[in-house]
Amino acid sequence: MILILTEIADGAIKKSSLEAIYYGSKIAEMMETTASALAIGNTDSAELSKAGNFGATKVFHANDSKLLNLNSMAYASVLAETVKNTGAKVIVAAKSSFNDAVIARTAGALRAAVVGNVTELPNLSKGFQVKVSIFTGKAFADVNVNADIKILAIKKNVVVPVESNNVALVENISPTLASNLFAEKVTETIKATGMISLPEADLVVSGGRGMKGPEYWQPLLDLADALGAATACSKPVSDLDWRPHHEHVGQTGVKVSPNLYIACGISGAIQHLAGVNSSKVLVVINKDPEAPFFKAADYGIVGDVFEVLPKLTKAILANK
Amino acid sequence: MKILVCICSVPDTTSKISFTDGDTKLNKAGVTYIIGPYDDYALARAVELKEQLGATITVLNVGGADAEPQIRKALAIGADDAIRVDVEPTDSYFVAEQIAAVAKEGNYDLILMGRETSDYNSGVVHGIVAEMLGISSFSPVMQLEINGNEANLTREIEGGKEKLTASLPLVLGCQEPIAEWKIPNMRGIMTARTKPLKVIPAAGLALTTTEKYSMPAPKGACKMIPAEDAEKLIELLKTEAKVL
Repeated sequence: MILILTEIADGAIKKSSLEAIYYGSKIAEMMETTASALAIGNTDSAELSKAGNFGATKVFHANDSKLLNLNSMAYASVLAETVKNTGAKVIVAAKSSFNDAVIARTAGALRAAVVGNVTELPNLSKGFQVKVSIFTGKAFADVNVNADIKILAIKKNVVVPVESNNVALVENISPTLASNLFAEKVTETIKATGMISLPEADLVVSGGRGMKGPEYWQPLLDLADALGAATACSKPVSDLDWRPHHEHVGQTGVKVSPNLYIACGISGAIQHLAGVNSSKVLVVINKDPEAPFFKAADYGIVGDVFEVLPKLTKAILANK
Repeated sequence: MKILVCICSVPDTTSKISFTDGDTKLNKAGVTYIIGPYDDYALARAVELKEQLGATITVLNVGGADAEPQIRKALAIGADDAIRVDVEPTDSYFVAEQIAAVAKEGNYDLILMGRETSDYNSGVVHGIVAEMLGISSFSPVMQLEINGNEANLTREIEGGKEKLTASLPLVLGCQEPIAEWKIPNMRGIMTARTKPLKVIPAAGLALTTTEKYSMPAPKGACKMIPAEDAEKLIELLKTEAKVL
């Protein structure tokens, strides 16, 4: 059986997890077995049965009130127990900072191989080989996974799910939750609300130092708003505190792979490109025609961001 | 307090990556190696804690002898001694197994490393190590204060951050702005030469092997749109690129 670790946010299965379920169901087809999802946290069975549309035949749901906080130790304990109970040999998770923590601990508990940043379905003609993105997207490696239990963290947009009308059977589980799993105390959570999650976003509008200062961000926010895009920024911008650190995209920040990334006033240093080079389409707007970013872009506009951005916003709103 | 800082040796982030031997090996010619950028933050914070609270810092690297310049640099920045597990760091589980073995011997209060390496970017080694040791782990940690037996830390979460407290011992994956990178001074460089560096053999077996490397397909030319016709971009994104 293929087991997919499924993230719930605000009562709904995250889009990246639906992709992971679809990816897992494709491996299940290749290996002539079934795919099941493991969902931890508060949601309802109508939402969970959606996993069936993406190829899971079953959903294991752990909804203990102790699991409401994102506690990687507790979640990993639930995942490891479910792997043992089901005999699953392949575990799939969408790459995210929380999932990474959960699968890491699970690997430690089960002596499993973990491979991150998987970009394709496995090649089973070579045992179990996966292609992974390395050096933040500068290259790829074909990795043979030789362990009995294999855990794959997949990048966004690795598969394009085709939904079916199949419904998954939901089974509530009551995992063992040892008290030592709950030693950490969260004292404060500071979270932007009503914002589109950057790692999950299909469309991203990002600003660099060419935006001149935090007080000039409105045209960029307007464009993001009109598109329904998440906002991001370059490292200098977050270093200068013009924008919050969780918006920083690049080698040492968030790595994104949206369908569309619009870079406004970003020169395109190699460290920034590392965070965005797996975007499907890159648009660069910069007044400097020599900006290195144009070499990596699909579409470019040489011009003043403060003139170009309102034009784009207007064009989108006019088409709506 | 005893702190273990785990560092990897990786190509400088500005390096052009290429491969040799029929794309089975990384081409090291002309590539400058550095301490993993995230590990460097972990090391910097460890040195600050040592200055504030008093601590001994052991730096640990899982890698071949060619990583020794990076280990010496860590000693010059302020670590007291070093251990190198003499084996190629092939996969996350295998590397974590080496770190956990050293950690069990040394009884460290804090095990710090970067949130991820800048070569494979998996970001799982700290979690595997913590599970092997049966202790808590957090990542990515942006702030860290130690109060007696307690750590107050801030970690980044999707769309924000979270403050939490946890008891030592802990394994933490670090990132900016936990501390500013430190540059070794002349005295540090001189004393680093004589600080102990122990080389030990690896235990266990790698769980993965890399068969071949490849480069991404070359990018097509960038289509330029005149600024005065900026609206056209939206049309192209809809009809040609089909992303809107």
